[in-house]
Amino acid sequence: MNAIIISAVWGIVMMFSGLLTSNKSTVRYVAIGGIILLFIANLMDLGMGHPFFSIDTRRMLYFDTFPLVFNAIAYGCTLLYFLLSGRDIEQVGVNVAEYFALIFFVLCGVAIASSFNTLLMLFLGIEIISIPLYILTGSNKKNLKSTEASLKYFLMGSFSTGIMLLGITFLYGASSKGTFFIDEISLLGGPASPLFMAGLLLLLISMAFKVSAAPFHFWTPDVYDGAPTVFTSFMATIVKAAVFIAFIRLFFDSFGEIQARWQIFISIIIAATLFIGNLTAVFQQSVKRMLAYSSIAQAGFMLFAILTLNQIGRDGLLLYTAAYSVATIGIFAILVRMKDHSFEGFNGLAKHHPVLAATNTVFLLSLAGIPLTGGFFAKFYMLAAVVKTGQSLWLVIFAVLCAAVSIYYYFRVIQAMYFKDGEPQQIDSPVAFRVLLVIAALIILILGMFPQWLINTLEIPYI
Amino acid sequence: MPINYYIFLAVTLFCIGVTGVLTRRNAIIIFMCIELMLNAVNLLLVAFSKMHYQEMVKLNPTAGIDGQLFVFFIMVVAAAEVSVGLAIIVMMYRNTHSVDVNFLNRLKH
Repeated sequence: MNAIIISAVWGIVMMFSGLLTSNKSTVRYVAIGGIILLFIANLMDLGMGHPFFSIDTRRMLYFDTFPLVFNAIAYGCTLLYFLLSGRDIEQVGVNVAEYFALIFFVLCGVAIASSFNTLLMLFLGIEIISIPLYILTGSNKKNLKSTEASLKYFLMGSFSTGIMLLGITFLYGASSKGTFFIDEISLLGGPASPLFMAGLLLLLISMAFKVSAAPFHFWTPDVYDGAPTVFTSFMATIVKAAVFIAFIRLFFDSFGEIQARWQIFISIIIAATLFIGNLTAVFQQSVKRMLAYSSIAQAGFMLFAILTLNQIGRDGLLLYTAAYSVATIGIFAILVRMKDHSFEGFNGLAKHHPVLAATNTVFLLSLAGIPLTGGFFAKFYMLAAVVKTGQSLWLVIFAVLCAAVSIYYYFRVIQAMYFKDGEPQQIDSPVAFRVLLVIAALIILILGMFPQWLINTLEIPYI
Repeated sequence: MPINYYIFLAVTLFCIGVTGVLTRRNAIIIFMCIELMLNAVNLLLVAFSKMHYQEMVKLNPTAGIDGQLFVFFIMVVAAAEVSVGLAIIVMMYRNTHSVDVNFLNRLKH
């Protein structure tokens, strides 16, 4: 509850700070202060203190350790994102305070989407996430690509919202009591009526749209490519992770009992996502576009948690979101400061900027899932969850093969950085930036060596 | 009237909306079709709400009220989407002097 209220209020504070001061750094410091406050307030909600606000939401929102730990991860990643890329947000346009304000509104949506207990709150959470993102995508108003990405994202986003709403309505009609509470839907569905199944499938399709799983992924590369790179970083990490948390909570609570009926659809989606994401990423010339396809491929892995719905999968999903978000934010923070976004742009980076190259290598290794990095255990947990159920083992083998393919395009960047010669290029990298990159790389390594530190926080009983 | 009629009507409206989104090329018409989809959902929600009310009114005098509440939220969100969406379309018109989505192929490589 703390997080939802404070993030919404802080968004308004940000808008006023833009009115009261024209100094861009001041605005940035206000934003960083806000996110730190949000992070601490969320920890206090988690049982390490007492919550500021306790409002009776009539069971519409449900606070538990799982969503609150996820919120802590999301806010921690946003803090890292602000520290690393805050200056680059200032470069996008003149309305700096508004960009930060919109990001805080997205964070409000993230908190709602992770702790919803009715389909109404799910819908509102997803929409509060999406609408500010349409604006952020098009924030580079003079650039035609940004405008185009924004329009495309907007049309696709509202189209999938329409599908989601029809699904919700069908579920409402099929429930015999007329309820939107996710824990009551499944019990009242009875021997799944056609209306109920249609609603479930429509919800599945729309959530697959939002997490950009194949075959509903076609908007992702264009939007991620066209949006200003700083905002792509935010969209591809924190937002995507939040939608995944909403996805797993919805399917865990509502449709967990009739898992056998929809498992086959998820299996097909996973196979298609892994295949298309990894194979298309191989042929990309631009690193930014490659990262867009890699985010599709990573989504394929995260979907395993929804396929299995067991404890390992749920724990692993949190680890996955943390490892994936930190690594991707780090890569984008470096990419956004480079002029050339193609693979050739990375040529010889190791000679001129050794720290940047070394940390970038750690991030890429983590995305590829090499041991000792967070990405390895994230992928390991996902596959272990499937193996534990004992079903769809073909999918595990397929996923491992796809992960092997992914090594190719991640290592292309590493190879360009270390084994190719290139022109020395001007990259603005002050000491603070490099220190932060090293810290991010250390987080990845710590997650890779002691994943239980994060997983164990889930054991904290929620008061 | 049986609920099935409402379901058919709403689903038909929804499908018209989906067809429009997939086939039309004018951004504003696509946008109108999305609104049509949302309104089809609103209609269906109200119909279901009434159905639940008739079934449950003896046990619970406020049965089915959730569905009607949901409609208000959809309206609010749709209004927010309209304001953002029209702004984006205007922005596109300033850049390309057209609202035809066929112009939108610069991102394809």
